[in-house]
Amino acid sequence: MSIEFRKDLFADERDDNLNEIGKPKLRQDIEGHVTGRTAYYDDHLFDGLLHMRCLRSPHHHARVRSVDVAEAERMAGVRRVVRPADVPSNLNTLLSLIGFGKDDEQLLSDPVVRYRGEPILAIIADTEAIARSACAAVRVDWEVLPHVLDVEEAIAPGAPSVNPAYPDNTFTYAPYDHVKLRFGDVAAGFAQADHIVEAEYEMSPIEQAPMETCGAIAAPETADRFVCHTGTQALFFSLGTTAKLLDIASSRLHFIGGTVGGGFGGKVDSITEPMAVLGAMLTGRPVKFQWDRMEEMQVGAPRGAERWRIKDGVMADGRIVARQFTGFFDAGAYTRLSSYAGHKGTGHLPGPYTIPNVASNVFCVFTNRTPATAMRGFGITGVDFALECHMDRVAEAVGVDPVSLRILNAYRDGDMKAHRRSAKNCALVECCQVAAGKAGWGLSAQDMAASSLTGTTAARAAIPETALDDEGQEGARRAGRCASADPAPGTRRLPAGVQGRAMAAVPVQRPDMQILAERIGHKIPEGGPAPAAAPTAPARLPNDPAAAAPGPALPAAAADPAPVPPAAAPTPPAVPEPTAPYAPEKPFSRGVKRPGVSRFLSGSRRR
Amino acid sequence: MPKTPLAFTLNDAETGIFVDDGQNLLEALRRGAGDLSPKYGCGQGTCGACTVLIDGVPHLSCLTLAEAVAGRRMDTTAGLAEGAELHPLQRAFMEGFAAQCGYCTPGMLMAAKALLAANPRPSREEVIEAISGNLCRCTGYEPIVTAILEAAAKLQGRAA
Repeated sequence: MSIEFRKDLFADERDDNLNEIGKPKLRQDIEGHVTGRTAYYDDHLFDGLLHMRCLRSPHHHARVRSVDVAEAERMAGVRRVVRPADVPSNLNTLLSLIGFGKDDEQLLSDPVVRYRGEPILAIIADTEAIARSACAAVRVDWEVLPHVLDVEEAIAPGAPSVNPAYPDNTFTYAPYDHVKLRFGDVAAGFAQADHIVEAEYEMSPIEQAPMETCGAIAAPETADRFVCHTGTQALFFSLGTTAKLLDIASSRLHFIGGTVGGGFGGKVDSITEPMAVLGAMLTGRPVKFQWDRMEEMQVGAPRGAERWRIKDGVMADGRIVARQFTGFFDAGAYTRLSSYAGHKGTGHLPGPYTIPNVASNVFCVFTNRTPATAMRGFGITGVDFALECHMDRVAEAVGVDPVSLRILNAYRDGDMKAHRRSAKNCALVECCQVAAGKAGWGLSAQDMAASSLTGTTAARAAIPETALDDEGQEGARRAGRCASADPAPGTRRLPAGVQGRAMAAVPVQRPDMQILAERIGHKIPEGGPAPAAAPTAPARLPNDPAAAAPGPALPAAAADPAPVPPAAAPTPPAVPEPTAPYAPEKPFSRGVKRPGVSRFLSGSRRR
Repeated sequence: MPKTPLAFTLNDAETGIFVDDGQNLLEALRRGAGDLSPKYGCGQGTCGACTVLIDGVPHLSCLTLAEAVAGRRMDTTAGLAEGAELHPLQRAFMEGFAAQCGYCTPGMLMAAKALLAANPRPSREEVIEAISGNLCRCTGYEPIVTAILEAAAKLQGRAA
């Protein structure tokens, strides 16, 4: 089967005389794979290797009243019982390395467990079998606590509080307890529509199920360092997380990885590496911490469950004039990467369709389920599933051909997205045409003549007047005011043409969503790292133009002399202060390189 | 822990190791004999990543007691190539993109080798049946099935 590339369909748009792209290549690592010589983390042999196993909670939510390890400690071959107090800095959240979210999870939990399978201690022994038997010999007195396993039950009044860092069971997207998107006025759109189509969609958690389970081997190295072979997908994330949890300089950690026996997102959580290194620190011996298949399935963080409610206002001819979302991401008991899923899911709305009125509330909810994390387009796949099911439902309700409905509503180049960014390089119309052709699905001449390159209008390219509301303010639920799942009609209006809330005073939280030339290569402005969370001073000056004012990427909007919010007034560039000598307040508390740390990290060795 | 001496033939080499009581063949091969090509995927006989050939027949080494292979002949992916010359199965896997993370590949190759030894001209269905005990999470199996059929054709051409 031959592959058609978009460049074939848009041949006039650019000249792609590429030497490598589009041509078959051998994978550079394939010879190792077929000869069995590829060395995964577990393919490194150590003399005197010890094995670590965790004792895990059988309950969804419980308090440890007491633990009796006397029998386990007496067993022949048991080298060490690792307790929560042995973890030097036993509280972390994965994205703290990029300054996002509150520390909310312990490596070994004490005294409360918040999901089934959460570890409360670990045992290091000569063999895996001994470690297993020793864990079985530990006696724990559990006080079982009420639990909640459904996202909407978790945000109902009186629900058990899952995670003390977020007592309302919702991740905080300051100043709201959900991610908010407002574009136009959905209430006006619904009033104008001929049909209202409303439905709910759900997706279960999905385990990545890599063939190689999560694991790491750590061993003492020379010069007071530790080597760690790991199957992680995020080597430097794991290194930074290990340094933080164990409260040691990251220069004492020598991480070796990059060969992953299948990841799919499930190997970013950086749990096995700090455990293995801690084991090596406590025993002075090489220690392997490897999940067995049951652990991989039970405690390996899956793609989180999602629930989406979509309400569309549709005209009789199939044009969608309003689309409203309520989304729930089930984070499980701890944040991991689910907070990011909320942003990604919202960033994907309202799908690849130009809809003049969009409103969305997306909640990242804590429940007593296994914490969720990355998996193959997490935050996107579930939304797409819901969106495209809903498109079919709309087509049926209105009596329009489903492919035709998509072509009618698809983004055209130049259209304004609900995120106030211009759509460009659109190809949904062409995808529909090619797919219909392959499937022998008849399309009208009008649909076959449609193109992503044409069809935008001044109205489609403009930012409409937008209805705002302040519901769902952080902490409102605790005060007895529940955030309504339905966005209420706006009480305030944001004038047409305005990009949105001024972001100048908000610290940068989503580096990958704002591609700024100044950020590339993690450059830190002269004058040393600015405090990331200082709300009064912009952490990085380059924020202002891109976030608060119509950016250069939006010629249509830039030409619009719209009133610019006061906070977005161009800030004069700060005078660079002389570079202060590097003096960390805490060793490597931030995960990125800083000027003057090492010439091997700064890239200057290339010169 | 008491150790038992164990001798067998591994990829045409006479091999002797000491094993613990109750040690499985996967651990014995990896830690004892230093052949790291069989992989641990589940430890319960469901994934096939640890597949090795014992007297030409595929076995799950994680469910095989090490002492059961005394005096027998074993083949693993580490011995599939003839010197620097890759086996046609290995070639076909490379060129057909039949491995991504590569973790299931050694087991997959052993299952394929046993199939082609018993049935040099397998049908597509027979290939699917032969690798039905080997899980792969990356490829979706299609490239693997195709690669095995291509290797079979190449081996047939060589034999003719």
